[in-house]
Amino acid sequence: MSTSTIKDFRNGVKPNWCPGCGDFSVQAAIQRSAANLNLSPEDLAVISGIGCSGRISGYIRSYGLHGIHGRALPIAQGVKMGNRDLTVVAAGGDGDGFAIGIGHTIHAMRRNMDITYIVMDNQIYGLTKGQTSPRSEDGFITPSTPEGSIEKALSPMEMAITSGASFVAQCFSADIKELTATIEAGIQHKGFSIINVYSPCVTYNKVNTYDWFKENLTKLSDIEGYDASNREMAMNTLMKHNSLVTGVVYQEMKPSYQELVKGYAKRPLAHMNLELQPKLFDELVNEFV
Amino acid sequence: MKKDLSWKVGGQQGEGIESTGEILSKTLNRLGFYLYGYRHFSSRIKGGHTNNKIRISTRKVQTVADDLDILLAFDQETIDLNYHELHEKGIIIADTKFKPVKPEDSTVELYPVPFTEIASKLGTSLMKNMVAIGATCAVMDLKIGDFSVVIQEIFGRKGGDMVGKNMEAIQEGYAYMQQSLGEKASALFLAKAENNHKRMFMIGNDAIALGALTAGVRFMPAYPITPASDIMEYLIKKLPRVGGTVIQTEDEIAAVTMAIGTNYAGARSFTASSGPGISLMMEAIGLSGMTETPLVVVDTQRGGPSTGLPTKQEQSDLMAIIYGNHGEIPKVVIAPSTAEEAFYDTIEAFNIADEYQCPVILLSDLQLSLAKQTVETFDFDKVHIRRGKLITSDIEQTEEKDYFKRYEVTEDGISPRVIPGVKGGIHHVTGVEHDETGRPNETAHNRKQQMDKRMRKLSNLTERFPNPITVNVPTKRTNLLLIGFNATRGAIEEAVQRLREEGLNVNHLQIRLIHPFPTAAIKPYIDGADHVLVVESNATGQLANIIKMNVGHVDKIQSMLKYDGDPFQPHYIYDASKELLEHVYINN
Repeated sequence: MSTSTIKDFRNGVKPNWCPGCGDFSVQAAIQRSAANLNLSPEDLAVISGIGCSGRISGYIRSYGLHGIHGRALPIAQGVKMGNRDLTVVAAGGDGDGFAIGIGHTIHAMRRNMDITYIVMDNQIYGLTKGQTSPRSEDGFITPSTPEGSIEKALSPMEMAITSGASFVAQCFSADIKELTATIEAGIQHKGFSIINVYSPCVTYNKVNTYDWFKENLTKLSDIEGYDASNREMAMNTLMKHNSLVTGVVYQEMKPSYQELVKGYAKRPLAHMNLELQPKLFDELVNEFV
Repeated sequence: MKKDLSWKVGGQQGEGIESTGEILSKTLNRLGFYLYGYRHFSSRIKGGHTNNKIRISTRKVQTVADDLDILLAFDQETIDLNYHELHEKGIIIADTKFKPVKPEDSTVELYPVPFTEIASKLGTSLMKNMVAIGATCAVMDLKIGDFSVVIQEIFGRKGGDMVGKNMEAIQEGYAYMQQSLGEKASALFLAKAENNHKRMFMIGNDAIALGALTAGVRFMPAYPITPASDIMEYLIKKLPRVGGTVIQTEDEIAAVTMAIGTNYAGARSFTASSGPGISLMMEAIGLSGMTETPLVVVDTQRGGPSTGLPTKQEQSDLMAIIYGNHGEIPKVVIAPSTAEEAFYDTIEAFNIADEYQCPVILLSDLQLSLAKQTVETFDFDKVHIRRGKLITSDIEQTEEKDYFKRYEVTEDGISPRVIPGVKGGIHHVTGVEHDETGRPNETAHNRKQQMDKRMRKLSNLTERFPNPITVNVPTKRTNLLLIGFNATRGAIEEAVQRLREEGLNVNHLQIRLIHPFPTAAIKPYIDGADHVLVVESNATGQLANIIKMNVGHVDKIQSMLKYDGDPFQPHYIYDASKELLEHVYINN
C-alpha cells in the first residue's frame, strides 16, 4: 500500500488570498490531514462555495468542484450519494454557510451524511470588499454597516448541536496542529462533521485579528474534565466562554444517513450498471395495465 | 351504440371521487377501450368541488372530450357546476340523498338513484361509489363481472368479505338503474372495444418517472410541488429496488445542486419541479452549463405567474425555461406531447445530458403530467443508454502532477469527462471561467476559446434528435397549418381530422424539440402554408414568438391562446380554424 505525503495534495497553483490570510493554514491542514490519513488524492473530493474561501477546491490536488454561493453542502451531499466510497470535504466561508446557505447547513446537520464541512470563519465578507457577515459582532463597522451592525452574530456551535450535528468542532487557523488533528477526526467520524475555523481576514477585519483570538480563545483540552460526548456540558461551556473555544465541542456516535437509507446500495452508485433487468421492467410496466 | 362516450363523476374533494373513476377506467382499459381522464381539483386538502372526467373510446383518444354524456353527482354543486357540459341527450345520475334538482333551463334527463341508502343497507355508506359504478354499468351496458378482477385487486388485501360486499353494491346499483332506464339512457350503450391487447393506463408523470428509472437514474433529490410531486412519489417506492433512493430536500435549490453533485460523481440523478421551483433552480442550471456537468430537470408547467393557478393547465414557462439563465450556456429543452413520448423523451434527455454534458430540461405541462391516458406498453428493446465521452476506469497519466484536461478544446465542443475516484483523472471543476484543466482563467483568449467550445456542442443536435417535430401528414402545401407543443397535441389532431373530413386543407405540426429550435425541419411547412395558427396555453403567444424569431413569416403567423386554466377542447380549435378558413376562402 502506498503512503501519501502532503506533496501529493499540492498542485502548485498560487492562491489569490491576501498575504497572511487564515485560509492558507486551512488549506495546508486539509492537505496534511489527508496525507496523515493516507488518502489517495483521487479518492478525495473537495467541494466549495463562493467567496475567498470557495477558491480552496482549486488549490488542493484532488478532485474538486467550485460551485455557487451557499450551495457547497447540497453539492457535496449529492457527490457522496453518487459515490459513497469518496472522502467528501465541503468547504466555504461564514457568509456561504451561515447567510445564503444556512438552510442547507442546518438540514445537512440533521441529515447526518458522512461528509466533513469546514467553515473558514473570518466574520466578514472579504471578496466583496468588507461588508458585514452573519458572524460579525454587533457594533461592527463596515461599508454596509457604517453606524455599526445592530444584528447579533450567529453562534454556529450551539446551532450545530441543536440541529443534530454528530461532530461539532471549532479551531483557530493559527493553531495548525490542533486544526489538522481536528480535520482528521472529522473525516474519520462516521456522519456529518462541522468544523468552524476562525480564519482571520487581515485586510478587512481589524477587530478579530490573530492577536485578538490569541487573547480570547480557550482550548477545550485545557479545561479539566471536559467531555465532548456530554451535550449539556458542551452547551454550558459554549455559553460560559461566549463560544470562543477550540477543539471538539461535541461528538455523538449514531448511524449516518447512508447507513439508515433502506435499499441504498453498499457500493458506489456511480459504478453500478444502469440498465434495468428486463424482468423488473416488465413487472413495472404491468403495474399500469 | 356509442363509440366515444364521456363520463364525469363529481363531489367533494376527499369523498372518493378519484377512486370511483379509477375503478371504472382501470376495468375499461383492460376491456380494450382507449381512455383519457382529466381531473379538476383545487388547492385544498378536503372539501371543495372536485371532478374526474373520463373519455371512453373504441379508437385512440389523446385529449379531453368536447361535451359530456353522463354526469354522476354526489352533491348538488356537481350538477350546478357541470350540467352545462352535457349535450342535449346527456343524463345526470344523482344520489337521492341530497334531493337533486335539475336546473330549470336544462333539457337533460335526471335519474335519482339512492346511492347512499343502498350502500348503507349493505353495511357502509362508503360503498356509495360502488353503487354509482353499478348504475354506470347499466347505462353503458357493461357486464358487472368485468369489474371483479379490479375489485379483487383493490379490496382483496383488506380481508373479510370486502370483495363480495363491493361486488354486491355494484350489482344493486346496476339493478336499480336498469329498472328506471328510459329511452335517453339506453342510447348511451357503449359499443364493444374491438382490440383488447394489453395497454397501460397512466399519467404523464408516471411515464416520466418510469422513464427516469429505465434511463438508469439511481438518485432523485426533490422538493414537493404540484403538479410534479408524483414523479418523486413514484421513485420513492421504486428506487430502493435498484439500490437507489430519493431525498426530499429542504428546498428546490438543494434539490438541483444535489443532483449536480451526484451527476458530477458519475451516477445519473435528476430533479422535477414546476414554475416557481424552476425559477429557484436557474442559477444552478447555469452552473451545470458552465461546469459541463450533465443535468436533467423536469418542469411540469402550471398556471403562473407567482403561485398563480397551481392546479390548472398552462404553458407559460417556455420563455423562462429557454432564456431564464443569466449568461449564456448550451441547454436543451424537450417537450413531449403524450405519456408515451414522455417515457422515451425522458430516456433521451438523460442520454443527451451525458453526451453533450449540459442541462436538459424536460418540459411538461399539467395536462400531460396529470391526465390519465391509455398508452401502448413501452418497448424495452427501444431503450438504449448512451453515456458519451465518460471515463470511469483508471487512465494513464502523462506526467505525474499534470491535471486532466477536463475542458479540452475539441472539434465537437465536447471534452472527455472523468469522474472522481478515477486514477489519472484529477482536475478541477468550477463555475468560474476556466482553462482546459479547470483552473480559473479570465484571459480574453481563453474566455473566447472556452465559450466557443461550449456553444459548439449543440451545433448538430437538431439533426441528431430523433423526432424534433411530429407532423400529421407530410404534405408541405396547406391552407392552414396548426402548431402546438406539449399536451395540445390530442385536441389539435382531432380538430384537424374534423376539418379534413370537411375537405379542408389543414395540417398539424407538433414541436418536440423546443431548444435548440429545429428551424430546418419546421421552415418548409411554414413556407408552404398560407396561414399558420399557433395553439398554446398562455396569454402572450410565447411559442409563436419563438417561431417568428427563428423562422420569420411574422405576418403569416397568428396565435390561438387559452389561459383560463382549462385544457383546449377539440371544438375550440375546430371553431377558430373554421372561422379563419371561412373568412379567407369563402367570404373572399
